[in-house]
Amino acid sequence: MELMVPSTKESIKAVPLRHPFRWAAAVFLFVLAIAFIYDAAHRKAYDWPTYRKYFFDSRILAGAVVTIELTILSMVIGVVLGVALAVMRRSPNPIFRAISVVYIWFFRGTPVYVQLVFWGLSTTIYSSIFLGIPDIHFGKIFLGYHFPLSQNTPIFFLAMLGLGLNEAAYMAEIVRAGLLAVDRGQEEAAMSLGFGWWQTMRKIVIPQALRIIIPPTGNESISMLKTTSLVTALPLVTDLYGHARDIESVTYDPVPILLIACTYYILMTSVMMVGQYFMEKRLSKGHQELKVVAVG
Amino acid sequence: MVVVKDVHKNYGSHEVLKGISLEVNRGEVMVLVGPSGSGKSTMLRCINHLEKINSGRIYVDNQLIGYREAHGKLYELKPSEASEQRTGIGMVFQKFNLFPHMTALENVTVAPTSVGKVSKEEAIQTGKELLNRVGLGNKLEHYPAHLSGGQQQRVAIARALAMKPKLMLFDEPTSALDPELVGEVLDVMKELAASGMTMVVVTHEMGFAREVGDHLVFMDQGVVVESGNPAEILANPKEERTKSFLAKVL
Repeated sequence: MELMVPSTKESIKAVPLRHPFRWAAAVFLFVLAIAFIYDAAHRKAYDWPTYRKYFFDSRILAGAVVTIELTILSMVIGVVLGVALAVMRRSPNPIFRAISVVYIWFFRGTPVYVQLVFWGLSTTIYSSIFLGIPDIHFGKIFLGYHFPLSQNTPIFFLAMLGLGLNEAAYMAEIVRAGLLAVDRGQEEAAMSLGFGWWQTMRKIVIPQALRIIIPPTGNESISMLKTTSLVTALPLVTDLYGHARDIESVTYDPVPILLIACTYYILMTSVMMVGQYFMEKRLSKGHQELKVVAVG
Repeated sequence: MVVVKDVHKNYGSHEVLKGISLEVNRGEVMVLVGPSGSGKSTMLRCINHLEKINSGRIYVDNQLIGYREAHGKLYELKPSEASEQRTGIGMVFQKFNLFPHMTALENVTVAPTSVGKVSKEEAIQTGKELLNRVGLGNKLEHYPAHLSGGQQQRVAIARALAMKPKLMLFDEPTSALDPELVGEVLDVMKELAASGMTMVVVTHEMGFAREVGDHLVFMDQGVVVESGNPAEILANPKEERTKSFLAKVL
């Protein structure tokens, strides 16, 4: 018997597959969310009048600025030092490799909170740095030099250093993955043209690795914005969380103030996530373009 | 120009080169053929010291590659000295290895300006001439991703030539290309050979070997099985292994 084939010229108008459970789950979650919001809006403990009263408090705004400054500066330290550590890890020089390995081992192996406490104590532990040969005197000539460390070293500076040096260890691992992702043929091509190792890194490998590490670096930046709240360990109290706690200690009502801090953090990370989204979209667009060209 | 004397090379316990000796005179084209795993690519990579050899000597232009020999001892070259040696030896890779973040012109000018002491203007001038020579004068600002395989390989040849090498090494330059793009790369190589460049070419293109090669070397399992005039070997191979290999590729 001959198969009856209907006309295939018109475009397909099939009944789409139904997803009843998705709808049911969506409605359930929506109801749950409404219930939670309704409850939160009326709950005394959240104290919304206080929330509104302090939302644009100058201390909160100033704290947010300090948090942004800390995030940017410590990420700059983290990225620059992280690239340096990752490159040292690849170096043919065993001393550079060892420095990198030990650095990453130490800063990844201890909690950042504890590191920050130490940075707070650092000017007490080391009141000065002495460079020279200890206890050797040639007549009156003293071989060496004392660099006095100020007890008044700004805590902000120590916080930035503490966060940045810790971040460098993590960025080093990210950059290392980026360097490994660059095809080995690139290095060989550069070497065959007479490039030295450092020239190969600087002109050929690092520029290609940087493109690969942009998405994870965005992720680290978002993470850093929140990690800055740990500078209370030093103690640095001028950041967003520090100022929020300042206000709490006067109002004796921590909940609404913490909600304000959370709102600010989530607003700032949201802006960063939007930025990251567009950056990744731009990168992937370049990638698709490559594919099309390769096919055509 | 190139003298390879009794070169041995092993990866761990696996011996890839088992005493290779070759000689290429100035202006000659030597074609290395053989089955995959025969060691021909490794041999090529040893010539510009991308791979270290375990014994033997390689000389390019009377210069010992990778080492300095004095008082009966070998001294490793400093990295800068090894780089200096490589500037005189151009290399073209199977997978092109163009720098993807640079345009065709930048690919060709980056080495002369950063390794050599050539001014930017001069490098751009020669770069344009070289890209013209390989037929890509209209693709100066194109990135590798926007070029076909054949075009990329021609840029790679121009990039190597930019360092004004006295010797060019080709490691299966057409093996990664679509069949219809092989011809344009071989044409550039023929022109280069005709201009008097000394070349060592690892390839499976027997037509090229016959037409352009002055010398053909057939390698298998790390040894030179047969060598001589390309036309003669391709027409009347003497060794069994050469015969069976040629029967498969011709």
